[in-house]
Amino acid sequence: MSLIKCEKLTLSYDGVNVINDLSFSVSKGDYLCVMGENGSGKSTLIKGILGLKNPSGGKIEFGDGLTQKDIGYLPQRTEVQRDFPASVLEVVMSGCLNSKGILPFYTKSDKEKAENAIKLLGITEIAKKSYRELSGGQQQRALLARALCASGKLIILDEPTAGLDVLASAELYKSVSALNREKGITVITVSHDIEHAVTDCTKVLHIGTDDCFFGTTGEYINSSYGRRFWGGNKV
Amino acid sequence: MTDLLTEFFSYSFILRAVIVGGLVSLCAALLGVILVLKRYSMIGDGLSHVGFGALAVAATLNLAPLPVSVVVVITAAFLLLRLSEKSGLRGDALTALVSSSAIAIGITAASLTTGLNTDVYNYMFGSIFAMSNADVIISAVLSAAVILLFAVFYNRIFAITFDGDFASATGTKVGFYNSLTAVLTAVTVVIGMRIMGTLLISSLIIFPALTSMRLFKSFKAVTLSSAAVSVVCFFIGIFSSYAFNIPAGASIVLVNLSAFIIFSAVSLIKKRT
Repeated sequence: MSLIKCEKLTLSYDGVNVINDLSFSVSKGDYLCVMGENGSGKSTLIKGILGLKNPSGGKIEFGDGLTQKDIGYLPQRTEVQRDFPASVLEVVMSGCLNSKGILPFYTKSDKEKAENAIKLLGITEIAKKSYRELSGGQQQRALLARALCASGKLIILDEPTAGLDVLASAELYKSVSALNREKGITVITVSHDIEHAVTDCTKVLHIGTDDCFFGTTGEYINSSYGRRFWGGNKV
Repeated sequence: MTDLLTEFFSYSFILRAVIVGGLVSLCAALLGVILVLKRYSMIGDGLSHVGFGALAVAATLNLAPLPVSVVVVITAAFLLLRLSEKSGLRGDALTALVSSSAIAIGITAASLTTGLNTDVYNYMFGSIFAMSNADVIISAVLSAAVILLFAVFYNRIFAITFDGDFASATGTKVGFYNSLTAVLTAVTVVIGMRIMGTLLISSLIIFPALTSMRLFKSFKAVTLSSAAVSVVCFFIGIFSSYAFNIPAGASIVLVNLSAFIIFSAVSLIKKRT
């Protein structure tokens, strides 16, 4: 049983199909990398999975006890957040809201959940700091901790390393891999970084303009895309 | 000073203006935190211009000014906050377009009938004589609603303001809360603009939040400080308006400006040391 199954999925913007007849599935424990050029519809696909955008054709099915609300999401960073007055703890806690139903206030267990997520990502010493004073890498860690509060099953990352330097990117990738391997959290990430896809991920979905590739990382390296962007199975 | 204060509070019209203004300042400050952080600082300005247009047209047609302007301004708030996402026009451009058109309509309506008389002048620059007992009741109900909703939905308001996409992906009904903000902002603007004036009401919304953001770093601290700064500045402002015989709106804005400068200076000193 897969966590997410997309069948002949079509998503469109202003009447233009951005994603066309796409089929793929994500199983528990997968680390899926979604690749593709700018404008190929990667972020649109993520919005479709999150229910922020309704499919104009085909369907997205959730299985294995996963519901749409149970997804931890790390969006692309927005302009609004850069100078937002909020402590890291406030940001991380807001990830707990999806499990609250109509209850308006956080409980003690929510706070513990947030503190655990903060500890797991190694940002305990900056938990009281203001979000706007953090480096890009630290901000992404705070948002990743928030995603963990929202879900222990599946997290979706939309270009998590955009705007980060090489070192911060590598460390963030390391943390995500650890969550995937040690905590068994399923990960879907949108990335331009083929090296990251090949070394860390177990599956690849490449959205092209004419055709799409979906398969394991090993198959991807030997596909036409893999040969073009990675030079085939050179390892 | 004490004599002046006793004298100040002995007038019932001043007492009404102080109650209404104090409550409106509190609402405006809370809503302002959301609006400023969402980059909708100019929405209060736009809505007050729409309110001016509605008041002027209602006066011309001999309709009750308050209900007419509440309905018109709520509609405008929806248009500006909700539809700007969908239409091709950007929020700031749409606000500018709507606000100048509304002023033009209001002035045209007034000129064609009564001319630009004291009423129109009061709508523009505000007046503390304008508050009736009905206004006291409406503003009390409004502020009770704003404070209650803000307290109950505080965590969700934070989540939506910080990151709307995340909030909506994790099941928060973002559209509902945005509509709620739009309605509450509209009512706050309509009630407040008659004390502050069309031209100055938006300062009640933006100043306290901006002032607090100079110094405070968490959302909770900014929210609490905005509420406090707003109410304190209002009282100092309206009292100086009486003491020095200047229009209330202008004097309140100047007190807010002073608070902003003081907070900025303190934040600068804190950074240096």
